[in-house]
Amino acid sequence: MDQKGYRRGSFQSSTSDEDMLEIAGASLDFSMADDDPPLDREMGGFSSYNGGGMNGTSTMMDFLEEPLPGVGTYEDFNTIDWVREKSRDRDRHREITSRSKESTWALIHSVSDAFSGWLLMLLIGLLAGSLAGLIDISAHWMTDLKEGVCLAGFWFNHEHCCWKSNTTFTDRDKCPEWESWSQLILGHGEGAFAYILNYFMYVIWALLFSLLAVLLVKGFAPYACGSGIPEIKTILSGFIIRGYLGKWTLIIKTITLVLAVSSGLSLGKEGPLVHVACCCGNILCHLFTKYRKNEAKRREVLSAAAAAGVSVAFGAPIGGVLFSLEEVSYYFPLKTLWRSFFAALVAAFTLRSINPFGNSRLVLFYVEFHMPWHLLELVPFILLGIFGGLWGAFFIRSNIAWCRRRKTTKLGKYPVLEVFVVTAITAILAFPNEYTRMSTSELISELFNDCGILDSSKLCEYVNDFNSTKGDDLPDRAAGPGVYTAMWQLALALVMKVFITIFTFGMKVPSGLFIPSMAVGAIAGRLLGVAVEQLAYYHHDWAIFSGWCSQGADCITPGLYAMVGAAACLGGVTRMTVSLVVIMFELTGGLEYIVPLMAAAMTSKWVADAIGREGIYDAHIRLNGYPFLEAKEEFSHKTLAMDVMRPRRNDPPLTVITQDSMTVEDVETIINETTYSGYPVVVSRESQRLVGFVLRRDLIISIENARKKQDGIVSTSVIYFTDHSPPLPPSSPSMLKLRSILDLSPFTVTDQTPMEIVVDIFRKLGLRQCLVTHNGKLLGIITKKDVLKHIAQLANQDPDSILFN
Amino acid sequence: MAARCGGWPRLCWLLALAALAGLGAEAKNSEDVRCKCICPPYKDHSGQIYNKNVSQKDCDCLHVVEPMPVPGPDVEAYCLRCECKYEERSSVTIKVTIIIYLSILGLLLLYMVYLTLVEPILKRRLFGHSQLIQSDEDIGDHQPFANAHDVLARSRSRANVLNKVEYAQQRWKLQVQEQRKSVFDRHVVLS
Repeated sequence: MDQKGYRRGSFQSSTSDEDMLEIAGASLDFSMADDDPPLDREMGGFSSYNGGGMNGTSTMMDFLEEPLPGVGTYEDFNTIDWVREKSRDRDRHREITSRSKESTWALIHSVSDAFSGWLLMLLIGLLAGSLAGLIDISAHWMTDLKEGVCLAGFWFNHEHCCWKSNTTFTDRDKCPEWESWSQLILGHGEGAFAYILNYFMYVIWALLFSLLAVLLVKGFAPYACGSGIPEIKTILSGFIIRGYLGKWTLIIKTITLVLAVSSGLSLGKEGPLVHVACCCGNILCHLFTKYRKNEAKRREVLSAAAAAGVSVAFGAPIGGVLFSLEEVSYYFPLKTLWRSFFAALVAAFTLRSINPFGNSRLVLFYVEFHMPWHLLELVPFILLGIFGGLWGAFFIRSNIAWCRRRKTTKLGKYPVLEVFVVTAITAILAFPNEYTRMSTSELISELFNDCGILDSSKLCEYVNDFNSTKGDDLPDRAAGPGVYTAMWQLALALVMKVFITIFTFGMKVPSGLFIPSMAVGAIAGRLLGVAVEQLAYYHHDWAIFSGWCSQGADCITPGLYAMVGAAACLGGVTRMTVSLVVIMFELTGGLEYIVPLMAAAMTSKWVADAIGREGIYDAHIRLNGYPFLEAKEEFSHKTLAMDVMRPRRNDPPLTVITQDSMTVEDVETIINETTYSGYPVVVSRESQRLVGFVLRRDLIISIENARKKQDGIVSTSVIYFTDHSPPLPPSSPSMLKLRSILDLSPFTVTDQTPMEIVVDIFRKLGLRQCLVTHNGKLLGIITKKDVLKHIAQLANQDPDSILFN
Repeated sequence: MAARCGGWPRLCWLLALAALAGLGAEAKNSEDVRCKCICPPYKDHSGQIYNKNVSQKDCDCLHVVEPMPVPGPDVEAYCLRCECKYEERSSVTIKVTIIIYLSILGLLLLYMVYLTLVEPILKRRLFGHSQLIQSDEDIGDHQPFANAHDVLARSRSRANVLNKVEYAQQRWKLQVQEQRKSVFDRHVVLS
């Protein structure tokens, strides 16, 4: 019943793609086939339309180009047919290779066709890197805009404003060119009134940014909200969402991502950057015929684009490729691995040359220390892993509950008001605490930082005994009052972030999850690290410390604990494994910390998996009811194909089309009365022997076109799918041959096939439907939606939550 | 490789990204390099940060820290604790990026204001009420064949460029409306 809703308007929305317009314009002119004599004389007037690949050599290309506009494309919110797309690509490739021997021009064409993939990767990397640079620089500037403005040039953020001036050691952030709002308005920056004014301006700017963001999203591109990764996962598994990767979505997502991040909300930009990169990939695909017309090849390109997106978000090309492989992609052929790596490298290199952070680093929180760690520290690291897993499971449960409430109750009717309220709460609570007032990336950067003599932040205010300082090596020190203040402020920040992120992720603005999770983990890690450090300082004589941590040696690095905590929390929420470790170690640039990171990531994944099986993205996929067949889960029940197939025992019999005995009117009635997306074609109703499978969309377009363009097609014309027309009295109206849209090789299983094998076939081949036969006769059909419902039923979930087909 | 560069928006994109990428490489403004020396507190001198516009080989404590706060023999001990780093940036890139961003944002806001406030007023004045009602119709697949008719009818030539723009805009508006329904009203995608 809901299926109708999603096919409603599908033609309108699907034909808004540019390429549909061009195909319609180009190939409705059939005069080109008049040059060749038709092979089938009896077909008369419509040989040019049905001849396809049958006529002579010059019409070989017709075989590959769609004979009709719209045939071979998919409706919105439907699954693609991987097998058909892949075989079409192989045919195209075969054709180009065979023609390349004919002339030099054809040879060049074949070489350029092979090269087009690499050129496309290069372009994707360049565009993704440039957009990431734009986003970074703008977000950095706009975040600082909430606090003040630079008089030397309004486009400079705080750090760049004070670039040239000499500042004191303790007040290194103050310089004459940068004025806070209270300084600008009142003339001085001290005092209660100035504080209140700063507070007020901060909240006003935050509200303004977030309101602009949500209005732009609502007005121009509603698909630009949210993280984007669950939908991209579904798209890469074969689903079609038209407009999700279009140019308006790209523009709006880029612009509103900056606004959302700058408004101080507890969200990150990494997930949306993956969406932005995939949009770039999709848009650039339109430049190359090979990728524009083939949905399967396009998804290979999108996998590579996703890798480029993560690569610019973290400055981690290898991590990006692994993320694409592990989290986002469904099929990942080996060829895609190399190309993804190339795209990720080009993107990272482009971003580096734009140099958004002024020191050739790609991420704000790149760390450079290489302090050693001791084996006994694995105990606190595993504790951090357990914390990460617990927090991950808690976050997923609460966020899904909140999103479900937003989906089903009146809360969802007021998206703009919701964003306004959440931003107001976040801004009002965030300003008093300096650790929540600064942007989350800066917070993570400060937490990852190892304290040296040259740091003067509150977190590094240890009691310094200058007489015992030898050069660069700092001894371990007692915590000064600044550190204690920082500790409780960080604890408050932790509580606030844990709760506010639940309500922020999933709002109708672009929102990512990586940075808030890393922030939560980093705060927890730093708190634990400082605690362990002070414990070691005050109790050198304890057995656990005496072995390796002698008096005067600085053996505990709280910055490392923060890093491990960040990795643990991120792993607990997203359930990433290898990609997480690789991203984190590419961030640090050193191999020393792989073991702690792996220990924490594994522990957090195990703990989180024990509580709830799905990561956040899979949970959102299930919440939205996308037809995503999970590739990692085993199907372990003993059901058979005949338990799942339709029609069930009490249903009306299967709707079939006979191969040569139905009229146009009969077929139109079937199409109007049922909403199935495809119909099996059988020899006759009595024998029920299978001929092939035909798609609803192709039928509609072909019949409509035939009624208009061909002579003599009326409602009583017979439709036939065979090679030669059936014998009919000469007085009957001319017949309509639709063999070209018939799929002659549909997949079939017998009714006794175990569902394990059927699910495996669906997964590995990417099928959309599978016919069920018994003793050679057609019995029923299993679609992907039936498989998903069956799995949901056996897992005691609600089978009606699968909405799409 | 049939490069179907359909339309000026794509060209615009490529030009913009080329500009951005190109800017990253150029503009070695002499104002944009610095050597930053951080010197921690020493004895009774407070800590200070020094910035100076020197080349990379001159980026050390002796060239940058001026005036030297400590007398002669202590200079070496003082300088040992200082850390000097050479940094570069491109202020032109920053300026251009921010201006591009703000102009795109401004254009989008103006367009939004135009669509929500100005256009209905204009339309009402020119065409009367009937046009408005038509554009609000629900798109339905009630008659699949009627919609197929639309699929095939796209090639109808529109000689007038203005008509083409109007037609594209109408189509885009319908698309956005459809998306808005799925996301905001029916909550089927992106909840």
